[in-house]
Amino acid sequence: MSVRVRVPTPLRKFTQGSDEVDVNGDTVLAMLEDLEQKHPGIKERIMDESGKVRRFVNVYVNGDDIRFLQNVDTALKDGDSISIVPAIAGGL
Amino acid sequence: MLTALNQDAASPLRRPRKVDGIIELVGNTPLVEVRRTTRGLSRGVRVLAKLEGFNPGGSVKDRPALGMIRDAIDNGRLKPGRTIIDSTSGNTGIAIAMIGAALGYPVRLVVPANVSEERKNIIRLFGAEIVYSDPLEGSDGAIRLCRKIVAEDPEGYFKPDQYFNPMNSQAHYETTGPEIYRQTEGRVTHFVAGIGTGGTVMGAGRFLKERDPRIRVIAAEPDSEMHGLEGLKHMASSIVPGIYHEEELDLKIPVSTEDAYEMVYRLSQEEGLLVGQSSGAALVAAMDVARRLTHGTVVAVFPDFGARYMTTNLWTTWKESLDVGNVDFSI
Repeated sequence: MSVRVRVPTPLRKFTQGSDEVDVNGDTVLAMLEDLEQKHPGIKERIMDESGKVRRFVNVYVNGDDIRFLQNVDTALKDGDSISIVPAIAGGL
Repeated sequence: MLTALNQDAASPLRRPRKVDGIIELVGNTPLVEVRRTTRGLSRGVRVLAKLEGFNPGGSVKDRPALGMIRDAIDNGRLKPGRTIIDSTSGNTGIAIAMIGAALGYPVRLVVPANVSEERKNIIRLFGAEIVYSDPLEGSDGAIRLCRKIVAEDPEGYFKPDQYFNPMNSQAHYETTGPEIYRQTEGRVTHFVAGIGTGGTVMGAGRFLKERDPRIRVIAAEPDSEMHGLEGLKHMASSIVPGIYHEEELDLKIPVSTEDAYEMVYRLSQEEGLLVGQSSGAALVAAMDVARRLTHGTVVAVFPDFGARYMTTNLWTTWKESLDVGNVDFSI
């Protein structure tokens, strides 16, 4: 499955500045692993050591928060749009 | 002993019986000792929290917002017919919206679309208009969009520009710093605040150092560019605010989001203090400092209370961390 990932500003140093990248994976977890393969270092900013999405990171599949789907086991299909969004809105 | 000191120092902080408007209640916030969460420190070390949530707009940002708006009225940059506009992810927006309503100026705020629902609602309830910026671009995206809107009609707006307006840190120089010095009767040895715009740590820090150059000024900063400490900035990966002068700091302490959240949960259950994540970060840094001391009075700024984060990840994900410190989250 080829999906498009929107990358937030703080993580663009891993994607050579790109705000969108194309990766593969039939689940969110597989997608994140492929993202790490292509952009080393990015996954640990999104997931903790136990394999859970960090509490201050929200991952959306076609606009739906994966916490309300099947989390990292959420299935993906070709052309899905993924957004990785920091859970905060920045400076005070 | 400190109780006695506080009684002596209480008079300047006593609330007036009656004021002519809500903005007269900005500042003069209480200082409270953090006792249980700080156990294990040397006997001569105390940690005090400056509870900025007691400001009428609910956060420390009432101080710079009022300072910048008053200054603009005085020098003619804000006059009837102009709209106050700024980019803000929340607390400054709430402060500006409140003050705008109190003084009769329309307010327009540019905020990242992922700002919490309760913040959006509070801003709207003060009658302010919200323009949303791309959440993936964070606060820097809001800054850029706001600049664009102002450039299209520069005469229509007054932009406080909290990141670059020296009145931001000046407000803390004139109020937060003196209050802390007075409330501790000059015994403060370490001052700790998070860095958002840098206004608090710069302004209050400058005042305290002028009073007593031995006072150490310490900033708490997110440990990574991808973090969950709403209100704080990771300077190395951000547009650096013009009012932020790192060389004036004695120390900068990186704080992880997980540690700050854990501290928030502990404060709520061990102290009865329900605060926001930037307060948790400030206390993590304050404890880092306090553990190295044998004597001292460490003052940490708690920028706001926790109730306005109920729909954010701070609270919606707390169940994911049942094993936080020694606190039982079985409720």
